[in-house]
Amino acid sequence: MNAYLGMPAFPEAARAALADTQLRRNLGRATSTIRAKRARVVGEMPDWEQLRATGAAVKDHTLRHLDTYLERFEQAVRNAGGHVHWARDAAEANRVVLDVTRAHGARDVVKVKSIVTQEIGLNEALADAGVSAWETDLAELIVQLGDDFPSHFLVPAIHRNRTEIRDIFRERMAGAGRPAPDDLTDDPPRLTEAARLHLRQKFLRTKVGISGANFAVADSGTLVVVESEGNGRMCLTLPDVLVSVVGIEKLVPSWADLEVFLQLLPRSATAERMNPYTSTWSGVTPGDGPQEVHVVLLDNGRTRALADAVGRQALRCIRCSACLNVCPVYERVGGHAYGSVYPGPIGAILNPLLHGTADPHDAALPYASSLCGACYEVCPVAIDIPSVLVEQRAEVVDAKRASRRPDPERTALRAAAWLLSDAGRMERAERVASRSRPLAERVRRLPGPLAGWTDSRDLPAPPAESFRAWWRRTRG
Amino acid sequence: MRVGLFVTCVNDAVLPETGKATVRLLERLGCDVDFPMAQTCCGQMHFNSGYRRECVPIVRGFVDAFRGYDAIVVPSGSCAGMAKHYHETVAAEAGDERLRADVAAAAPRVHELSEFLVDVLGVVDVGAKFPHRVTYHPTCHSLRLLGVGDRPLRLLRAVDGLDLVELPAANECCGFGGTFALKNPDVSTAMGADKVAHVLETEAEIVVAGDNSCLTHIGGLLGRLRTGVRAMHLAEVLASTGAGA
Repeated sequence: MNAYLGMPAFPEAARAALADTQLRRNLGRATSTIRAKRARVVGEMPDWEQLRATGAAVKDHTLRHLDTYLERFEQAVRNAGGHVHWARDAAEANRVVLDVTRAHGARDVVKVKSIVTQEIGLNEALADAGVSAWETDLAELIVQLGDDFPSHFLVPAIHRNRTEIRDIFRERMAGAGRPAPDDLTDDPPRLTEAARLHLRQKFLRTKVGISGANFAVADSGTLVVVESEGNGRMCLTLPDVLVSVVGIEKLVPSWADLEVFLQLLPRSATAERMNPYTSTWSGVTPGDGPQEVHVVLLDNGRTRALADAVGRQALRCIRCSACLNVCPVYERVGGHAYGSVYPGPIGAILNPLLHGTADPHDAALPYASSLCGACYEVCPVAIDIPSVLVEQRAEVVDAKRASRRPDPERTALRAAAWLLSDAGRMERAERVASRSRPLAERVRRLPGPLAGWTDSRDLPAPPAESFRAWWRRTRG
Repeated sequence: MRVGLFVTCVNDAVLPETGKATVRLLERLGCDVDFPMAQTCCGQMHFNSGYRRECVPIVRGFVDAFRGYDAIVVPSGSCAGMAKHYHETVAAEAGDERLRADVAAAAPRVHELSEFLVDVLGVVDVGAKFPHRVTYHPTCHSLRLLGVGDRPLRLLRAVDGLDLVELPAANECCGFGGTFALKNPDVSTAMGADKVAHVLETEAEIVVAGDNSCLTHIGGLLGRLRTGVRAMHLAEVLASTGAGA
């Protein structure tokens, strides 16, 4: 299902990304700019901490009573003339979308940027059935035309600069529809104009639109899409048929709750006080917009995450990207190294929660963090990512224990634990270390996985006497 | 005030000068300092690496060793953070009610060094003299887990002769991250390289922090690059009373 399959696990993918000079430059610039802007617009809110706590509380409440709110939402959508489908996994969700598309004989669909449809591999599933899915978000268009993968929630082409984008437009637009002008430059207004003309043709010709949703309001059966470009609104209003794939964690009980998130999201995401376009729709409005509206409610691992007492807080996530932008690891390696449509700190916890850690890619993610805590600090719904990461590390270790395969790390850490569980043992070990000091001083390279330290860093010179020995000698 | 020094396993075994400086400093400020010999480690390495079960006897050892002290002073933000915030998780998960009660009694008495000096002893000028150009890295756990804020900076500003230069992008992680430095050595080094570049920008002679684990990483990079810039623990600067550094 996953377009990232075949990529190496995090440490190796990260090593390759670190050597990509252009990527490092693009990411460094983009993340430092958005970080500073976010800090400014969040700083001007006197009640930010209360908003944050309220956002977390609303999501926790909704998740605790998710069964009730999902059924309330389903009923409200049906009352408003919409269709509701339940999908346990990616295959079921893709089938619903494909069935609707086929029922209308459509060979093309337009899409407003939707991470969840990337999660389920919808474009690939449609392509297998002979249906072309056209991305209409500017950055998604860049990614799609470049045969590339998104590397950020909000800025999926954050790893590209404008010269690269000009080249992609020049070379690839013609194959997808209206070509880019021959004299296209890397001037942002010219690039935008080329994309606008290319996309306008698609909007006017395509009968079926596909979206995700940022929020789903249970009381009224309303879906909400928050965006900057207006392309999303075209996608949501011009086609005759609209299918929205919505993760079950997107629910909020009421419009009053929505108000909290419409303050938290834009400031955290694009560092704007308010986003330019907020589209809301509840079922079908006769004579206005799509006359056939479908909602696919997707589980695909979310109930698995919900069952995890510590990890379930990750389902509060509103995909703002603040944690990506502030993460020192993400800033240096970018999104692709995480091997998922959910990159960065939230991806590092969300992927193992959705799929477990049996796959080596997922098992490596809880370790893709220095636990610096910058993500938790900026998260608008207060997800304690570091605590979830260490919880998941324990799961990875416990799974390895169960397999009973020999593991050098486990052997070393168990030996260390034995030593550190008794002060006498520790003191004896320190005495041995002090006696072997002349030998240790000559060590420049450590063996095995410890070489990871000495490859780039000097070792501290070992002391002649431990603190404990000094204390015993002078004070004991 | 009867102070129990939790020196930390890294300082005990590898960097004892930090422990000795902490003792000198606290005694100079009138504290009755003891080093309970039964102490070993806070368990952070095991906890953060996912070895929860192995953590339990270590946490038990910690609370037993520090019974009866008015304050438990720790010259490490991350070890203090572990004891203050995560020992409770270890005890709860082990289902050991007695351990939980002991942790609940110990955790509020745990103080990171700068926090102890400023909040508990109420001193900012500790009578130190250190005539050097210095920059300060506020390690992540001191900054975010403990919230020590500008306490270390206030202490450094009061040191006689010390020229404190602000570190650019100071709040960014240095890339140490415990076993992260070994499991993702390339990313860790890339983060450290940027930290080192900022340290060099300040033209400081010495980079100071409240955590020797981060300093071992930063200092190890500074050393490997033969920059001549040294890494030094806050306790050693605050204990200093002369030109010798």
